[in-house]
Amino acid sequence: MASVTLSEAEKVYIVHGVQEDLRVDGRGREDYRCVEVETDVVSNTSGSARVKLGHTDILVGVKAEMGTPKLEKPNEGYLEFFVDCSASATPEFEGRGGDDLGTEIANTLYRIFNNKSSVDLKTLCISPREHCWVLYVDVLLLECGGNLFDAISIAVKAALFNTRIPRVRVLEDEEGSKDIELSDDPYDCIRLSVENVPCIVTLCKIGYRHVVDATLQEEACSLASLLVSVTSKGVVTCMRKVGKGSLDPESIFEMMETGKRVGKVLHASLQSVVHKEESLGPKRQKVGFLG
Amino acid sequence: MAMEMRLPVARKPLSERLGRDTKKHLVVPGDTITTDTGFMRGHGTYMGEEKLIASVAGSVERVNKLICVKALKTRYIGEVGDIVVGRITEVQQKRWKVETNSRLDSVLLLSSMNLPGGELRRRSAEDELAMRGFLQEGDLISVQAVFSDGAVSLHTRSLKYGKLGQGVLVQVSPSLVKRQKTHFHDLPCGASVILGNNGFIWIYPTPEHKEEEAGGFIANLEPVSLADREVISRLRNCIISLVTQRMMLYDTSILYCYEASLPHQIKDILKPEIMEEIVMETRQRLLEQEG
Repeated sequence: MASVTLSEAEKVYIVHGVQEDLRVDGRGREDYRCVEVETDVVSNTSGSARVKLGHTDILVGVKAEMGTPKLEKPNEGYLEFFVDCSASATPEFEGRGGDDLGTEIANTLYRIFNNKSSVDLKTLCISPREHCWVLYVDVLLLECGGNLFDAISIAVKAALFNTRIPRVRVLEDEEGSKDIELSDDPYDCIRLSVENVPCIVTLCKIGYRHVVDATLQEEACSLASLLVSVTSKGVVTCMRKVGKGSLDPESIFEMMETGKRVGKVLHASLQSVVHKEESLGPKRQKVGFLG
Repeated sequence: MAMEMRLPVARKPLSERLGRDTKKHLVVPGDTITTDTGFMRGHGTYMGEEKLIASVAGSVERVNKLICVKALKTRYIGEVGDIVVGRITEVQQKRWKVETNSRLDSVLLLSSMNLPGGELRRRSAEDELAMRGFLQEGDLISVQAVFSDGAVSLHTRSLKYGKLGQGVLVQVSPSLVKRQKTHFHDLPCGASVILGNNGFIWIYPTPEHKEEEAGGFIANLEPVSLADREVISRLRNCIISLVTQRMMLYDTSILYCYEASLPHQIKDILKPEIMEEIVMETRQRLLEQEG
């Protein structure tokens, strides 16, 4: 993970600030930085989204491809995650440097989506045991400014909301061989319901308190963090502790409650932004990367 | 708790926002500046095929017969007598390597460093062994630059310079820091600021008594009061907004920006609309003051 070195005095300043609920940039402990979300930025994907959270810049592309269902779940499609930490984020990611972080993030994404209700996988099934849709979710880290997991989960949710999977029909002829027919209208597609897709809220423990949305400097002062994955209704799907330090069970409970509270607000804001963007229609001004 | 998500907005070009004719002669490497051979060539230009050609991307400046191109975004190029703020990256034999946002790491020799207490004596072998006790990796120092062979050599000859205590560091482009007589400013709003020529800006609480500073070795780790923290956070956000709008940084511009930002909450200053409003007001006040 990209990190900055800080002097002892700077760390002490940050820790005391967190205690007084006034962080270096004037935020409170539970405030997020300004988030910019834009969907449909990559034209040759089924769905895409770009999220900018302070200095963290994430691009997610979703491609829907035809595949065979897994043996143990013959009536469902599935999701595959891949995270690429690009070397333009920090020089540490050059060559194979970003692979460790990439696999860690991908494994976390698998875990949070590993339950029955996050995404309705039955809608991805075309014909049981034979054909299904596989959604390849690719995450690209463009810039690393702290709080990667939150930004990635917001981008994944926005990209899944934007995903349009073409509608197909299975035609059976007399010999029993199946043919898959794509509908003629390019706009005839199915959309995924992202109501239960969870988002990750990272809570970093700094001193005796915890903060949401830590910057790189704040992450350098924190020894332990808790990643809580929350749905829009406040249900926790997965929890993970990262960092070398230890967490008291009581503080874990407090952090979880904060995570649930913050998560609900996060979902509500994201929902309103993506709906607003969709209501602007296909004629909206796309900012993209050159704005 | 606050959470704000928004759609990205394309940035408007600067001259549109200013509303006046700011035709600067901007060049990119390879552009012809002039075919008139009567001019002396300065930095950022070279003579080729009877024409004066730019070698960096920036704006052309002309002083009588001297033409030079001032680069807009560059690494710090050391000049003798500059004040810089740097971070120690390595502790080596008889010297420290300091990161100052220049092309090479700068060097701080043990013999150029103040000893605690301000004593003057020859540095012995014990001093060499105790180097890590003075300055460690990650520490911030304020020093004066002595430019030598491409790597900037630093020294802290007076007790004004030395290790920095609690405060906030902001990193900006070196071209935005205006050259002035003094770079240590005690702002009337209650905090002090060091504008390093290398683009590292250090904001810290004004020490209460101007005591005979021992080069700052005894770091004061007591908690800074909430009022001082608010001033420091506000200054930090103001500096970042000035930098985003490409305004020169000096004590007057920072102070005017601080005063313009008082009606807003500290964390709101970083929102794009409020940032533009504050910087516009600062610009107007500066123009009134000049004219």
